[in-house]
Amino acid sequence: MTDKMTASHLDFYYGNSHALKDVTLPIRENRVTAFIGPSGCGKSTFLRTLNRMNDLIEGARAEGEVLLDGENIYGPDVDVTTLRKRVGMVFQRPNPFPMSIYDNIAYGPRLHGIRKKADLDVIVEKSLQGAALFDEVKDRLKRSALSLSGGQQQRLCIARALAVEPEVLLMDEPTAALDPISTQKVEELILELKRRYTVAIVTHNMQQAARVSDFTAFFLVGEMVEFDETRTVFENPSDKRTADYIGGRFG
Amino acid sequence: MTVNTAARPAVLSEQKPRSLTETRFRPFDLVFKSLSVLAGSITLAVTVGLIGYILVKGLPNVSWQFLSGTTSVLNDTVGILPGIVNTLYIIVLTLIVAAPLGVGGAVYLNEYAKKGRLTKVIEFTTEALAGIPSIIYGLFGMMMFNNLLGLRYSILSGCLTLSIMVLPTIIRTTQEALRTVPTGYREGAAGLGASKWHTIRTILIPCCKSGIITSLILSIGRIVGESAALIFTAGIAENLLQNVFTHSLQSGASLSVLLYKYADQGDNTTAFAIAAVLVILVLAINLSARFVSARTKK
Amino acid sequence: MTDVKSSALSKANRAKNTIETVMNGIFFVCGAASILCVAVIAGYMIVSGLPAIQEVGLFNFLFGTEWAPTAENPQFGILPMILTTITGTLGAILVGTPLGLFTAAFICYLAPKKLRTVLTAAVELLAGIPSVIYGLVGITVISPLVANLFDLPSGATLFTAIVVLSVMILPTIVSVSVTSLKAVPQEYSDGSLALGATNVTTIFKMNVPAAKSGIITGIVLGVGRAIGETMAIIMVSGNVVNMPNLFGSVRFLTTGIVSEMSYSSGLHRQALFSIGLILFIFIFVINLVLTGILKKGSKQQ
Repeated sequence: MTDKMTASHLDFYYGNSHALKDVTLPIRENRVTAFIGPSGCGKSTFLRTLNRMNDLIEGARAEGEVLLDGENIYGPDVDVTTLRKRVGMVFQRPNPFPMSIYDNIAYGPRLHGIRKKADLDVIVEKSLQGAALFDEVKDRLKRSALSLSGGQQQRLCIARALAVEPEVLLMDEPTAALDPISTQKVEELILELKRRYTVAIVTHNMQQAARVSDFTAFFLVGEMVEFDETRTVFENPSDKRTADYIGGRFG
Repeated sequence: MTVNTAARPAVLSEQKPRSLTETRFRPFDLVFKSLSVLAGSITLAVTVGLIGYILVKGLPNVSWQFLSGTTSVLNDTVGILPGIVNTLYIIVLTLIVAAPLGVGGAVYLNEYAKKGRLTKVIEFTTEALAGIPSIIYGLFGMMMFNNLLGLRYSILSGCLTLSIMVLPTIIRTTQEALRTVPTGYREGAAGLGASKWHTIRTILIPCCKSGIITSLILSIGRIVGESAALIFTAGIAENLLQNVFTHSLQSGASLSVLLYKYADQGDNTTAFAIAAVLVILVLAINLSARFVSARTKK
Repeated sequence: MTDVKSSALSKANRAKNTIETVMNGIFFVCGAASILCVAVIAGYMIVSGLPAIQEVGLFNFLFGTEWAPTAENPQFGILPMILTTITGTLGAILVGTPLGLFTAAFICYLAPKKLRTVLTAAVELLAGIPSVIYGLVGITVISPLVANLFDLPSGATLFTAIVVLSVMILPTIVSVSVTSLKAVPQEYSDGSLALGATNVTTIFKMNVPAAKSGIITGIVLGVGRAIGETMAIIMVSGNVVNMPNLFGSVRFLTTGIVSEMSYSSGLHRQALFSIGLILFIFIFVINLVLTGILKKGSKQQ
């Protein structure tokens, strides 16, 4: 079990506010790592530093390093597009593009130079299967993605992320906007995904973290308080603050 | 739930992960970015060039005498005072007609009318009015006001024509301002037993004051720039103001119409001087519109 | 005592109700003013435009290639003007659309903040400049330039008119495109960037297509402005009734009305009103197209 990504002594600032303080944390390969903590604790910020989506925010600045297979993603000369191709992301609110289901999935591969229709057909089908959506939409691939239900839209977004063959998949509260049944489907999917991908997931829902993750990191006001196997964090946390949070005393 | 993750699309999985620092040549990005920069530069250059050229060519001939005098072949003088006075006169008279009508129309659409066929028709026709070219307004104004109502070539006829033309600007901008007034204000007033008219008079109109002023400034911009609609209605005379009331029944050219008149006669020197005056006016109008709307946002 | 009070109250109430009813009526009249204006304008254009068409014959009027209203045997064919208007508008759109669209993309995403403010102000200014000024600069600067460049005896040509029109419709296309690009949800670009798209690719493959209906609206409004423009192009287009020829003197529908109105009479004058009617119909069709696009656009949302 190797570390796919590692953050070491990572500090992150939004202008003057210090959003992440000296975070050191490994993301293990082919495992699901969950980030939990109360709102505003920095867990989403941390997730977004892993594919540098925070770069888009004005005044955002990172110090320290994050390694992907030993390469620092904050190093000079790093091409963020390559990084983001290798480290995919699924957002809190499903954000299908305003185009057909097929074109949604094919958008990424086309970006990376795949043009032949036959190749794209294969990728679209496999990606949709990978996200357990193919059977539901195979007859209407040309229909607008916006016509899908919320749960289907989120799985479409997962399929879209899979289509560019990422190595790591980041999920930012992927079920926050979904109903219980859709949530269950996405959770089952996450368990399947870790066979081929390394998954990092931010969740508000502790039961969800317990159900899907192998490792859990607990964040509090920008600090990473505790990181361990999920079972340990939930049953026998070493830090009192973790125990208080898990026990429902705050947050 | 069965998930097939074993079979991979052959195309992609053959690729080895790329190093993060590998640089790539992206022709698409290069071309589209260059085109954007080029287009932005052209737009900026055209604007700066146009304004600069007019000011450079026109300003040297703008003197106090030019602004405060009249054109006379006998005395060999060129002056645009009548044009300036007519322009101001046309602005004021047009807004006296159009402002209440436009603001009232916006209030009706937003506060009285129920969403339905009628509002749709009103909105469609407002759009249609905005799309009608000024030459059509000119023809219409000439037939309706000059001929049918017997106003002949007169400033009043021009103003009535322009009132219709600026109506959509006033309606739309006021409507936008009305929409930003929170519903709570209306409900609060209604809860206190205020009648609708009372609410409009004491709450809505004051709240949208700067929106309404913006709409009037935009209208002034259109009036100042208008020529085709005025040539057929207000005519091209250059009379000085003798009587504030009867002046409206005389023919009178605004600055834009005067510019055309001089350019048509081949007097480009005077035309450019008028153009410089107009450009400065337009600048002032744009700046004040910006100022008012910036204050609203705060 | 109570009687007096209640009657005073009811009197006040009645007065209040009267005011309400009156104000309601006044506002209704204001609201209906637009409908009334459009109806009266349309009515007038039809009533005054039809006689000449009836006299000349619709086919001869629309498809006649000769315009000689003051000849002994007067001819009233406006096909050259119709085709000139169409060619001129098309030309202006062909130049103005890419220029406007790329400028809009530049303003929204690529320009540094200060330049963005400057450019936005510049575009607003361009929109506010009176047509006659465009005409004046066209005749004194662009026309000689065109004559020199293409070695023509006169620079007053369709080409010059297209150049002037392109600049005139630019602000419309830019400002409508900017508005609709700004309305594209951030989530779309986030999604695109997260898939490894570059900033520029995201702009042109995600945001621009997503703002499609707004951009088309801008183009259609530009078409409307180009078709209706009069005073600028009457000064630069030479004003001879010819079939459209890029480097020849031409007359548009709009300029056809202005250039002869002052001395026309009788059937000739009526024919000018008929040109106005044709122009009005052009504009009306464009408005319908626009409404169609907007409806489709709002359905997609």
